Amino acid sequence: MVVFVILSVNWGQLRLTPFEVLRTLIGDGTNQQELVLFEFRMPRIVLAVLVGAGLGLSGAILQGISRNDLSDPGILGISSGASLAIVMYITFHPLSGGTSPYILPFLAFIGAGVTAVLIYVLSYRKGTGLSPTRLILTGIAVGMGLSAVSIVYTLRFQPEEFQFVVEWQAGTLWGGNWVFVMALLPWIVILFPLSLYKAHTLNLLQLHETLATNVGVAIERERVGLLAVAVGLAASAVATGGAIGFVGLVSPHVARRLVGNKHQVLLPATAAIGGLLVLFADTLARNIIPGTEIPAGIIVSLLGGPYFLYLLIKQKK
Amino acid sequence: MMVHHEKQLQSSRAITGTTVILISLALMVFGFYYSITSGAADISGADVRQAFSHFNAEKETHLIVMDLRLPRALAALLVGAGFAVAGALMQGVTQNPLADPGLLGVNAGAQFMLVIVFAFFPFLPFSSIILFCFVGGGFGALLVYGIAFLSAGGMTPVKLALAGAVVSAVLVGVSQGLAILFELNYEMAFWEAGGVAGAEWTQVRVIIPWILLGLVIAILLSSYITMLNLGEEMAKGLGQRVNLIKIGAAVSVFLLAGAAVSTVGGVSFVGLLVPHIVRYLTGTDYRWIVPCSALVGAAAVLWADIGAKMVNAPYETPLGSIISLVGVPFFIYLARRQRRELY
Repeated sequence: MVVFVILSVNWGQLRLTPFEVLRTLIGDGTNQQELVLFEFRMPRIVLAVLVGAGLGLSGAILQGISRNDLSDPGILGISSGASLAIVMYITFHPLSGGTSPYILPFLAFIGAGVTAVLIYVLSYRKGTGLSPTRLILTGIAVGMGLSAVSIVYTLRFQPEEFQFVVEWQAGTLWGGNWVFVMALLPWIVILFPLSLYKAHTLNLLQLHETLATNVGVAIERERVGLLAVAVGLAASAVATGGAIGFVGLVSPHVARRLVGNKHQVLLPATAAIGGLLVLFADTLARNIIPGTEIPAGIIVSLLGGPYFLYLLIKQKK
Repeated sequence: MMVHHEKQLQSSRAITGTTVILISLALMVFGFYYSITSGAADISGADVRQAFSHFNAEKETHLIVMDLRLPRALAALLVGAGFAVAGALMQGVTQNPLADPGLLGVNAGAQFMLVIVFAFFPFLPFSSIILFCFVGGGFGALLVYGIAFLSAGGMTPVKLALAGAVVSAVLVGVSQGLAILFELNYEMAFWEAGGVAGAEWTQVRVIIPWILLGLVIAILLSSYITMLNLGEEMAKGLGQRVNLIKIGAAVSVFLLAGAAVSTVGGVSFVGLLVPHIVRYLTGTDYRWIVPCSALVGAAAVLWADIGAKMVNAPYETPLGSIISLVGVPFFIYLARRQRRELY
């Protein structure tokens, strides 16, 4: 992780050698170097790490509660809900200088929350409870429906609003400044420890459902609570970092390989790997073709999509 | 007794089948007329008749009818028939109740190819673009089916749906990236939204032969698909060359979905919904399902397109969105209803 941060700090339109970075950090650099480092690169790096951590955690929790390896806030349609909320906001409050970055995560949270409740209700059946298959199928369908509504409004945007939404949906870390970092940070700071606190419950949920009930977990209540945590993490990350898919899927898998299945260790490891993944993708995104920006989300889906398909092929049921 | 019952069932199926055909034909004719006369400029029936019988290039109403409304209505019919029959064949051959060209990677593959064409060969005529769309759509579907086929648990409906969603996500992601690099976002967004609003005669002329060919193949195969639908072992036992039927069906799907996608863009759910409705009405005989799907699909997309014109006039509402609003709840209903057979 540290290596990547150093690489990412150095790499960009204006190259800085590690030595120059060090000198700037201790307050000895030129004005230009300070500007690039503190105003452009650092916030973006921090944001990338936070977004990745949020998405990864969200995915780990979703996989935990649905007992399905293939859960991810994007695949389950939760990102589409956040996306729709933001599109609606822009429809009624055209983008101008006055848009507060704090309001976007909040709106995205509401959009994602409503979507999550909708998917939960639609895929719940008395008797069989929450079948993972139905959850995923419903998620795909709800996501498609919400995107269909989004696109109706998107097509009416002014060109610059349209461009903003398209790039945001592709997953660009568009708000690479400290304000956005500050908008996202509280969510992570509150929800990450909360999920750790619930790690034991997540472990229990991995057991068979009847078994978990016997151990004394009020399953449905815990599930709803954990779902809210996952939604909060995904929504705030998506709102500040754009709709980056597959991070929530891939990072828990990689983490599970490395540290095993205990959520007390798994969750922090997932957060770290998610952060690393998005940072890596964003650094690459900024530098593949100089002068243009490929959204980080696309790079992540190029890495994550095939991995997902690999998991799908391997998964027995 | 059994034979008698069987015969009775067959004749009652024939009656519902004929009824479905007649009703959808009526809906098509009425919708066609309505689609041509309604829109931003109101045009009277007399004007339309005149435009056909004594076409006058000086008259604006005649031009609107002949150059805008007519190709649009025709494109809607062709696309509807194409998607619906493609969906029916996919569902029949793979025995997957959730099959639909849009959900299983065809749209995304075609979109991917289209971005490449727009970015690197922007001057190609539509007749060649459509070939790229065929290739792209086929590539998307092949990926999805290939992955589901390789899966440890076999090609279950859920695996297909998941593989479809993820392959689409990746292909659309790459398309978006290219679109951003080459500044093609606006064009691609319209395409992704789906619609026949901009359909022109050239497009209609180019796709007519493909769609017709696809429909003919589908009709020729329909009785074999009925047998295949009973189960592959059974069909083999009855002496059917299963692989040949499958290849024929794949070619037909490829032609129908490819031509439809290249004209209308990202429209899903027609191929999912229509065959289900038709099957519910006429039963499991594909000799009825294929033609009924073609007509019901054509009528459905024509009316959805009228809706796209009317809902928020004078703005166009994307056709794909309108159809999704009906298709999504239906998909969820299917996902809730099916239990075991989906796994």
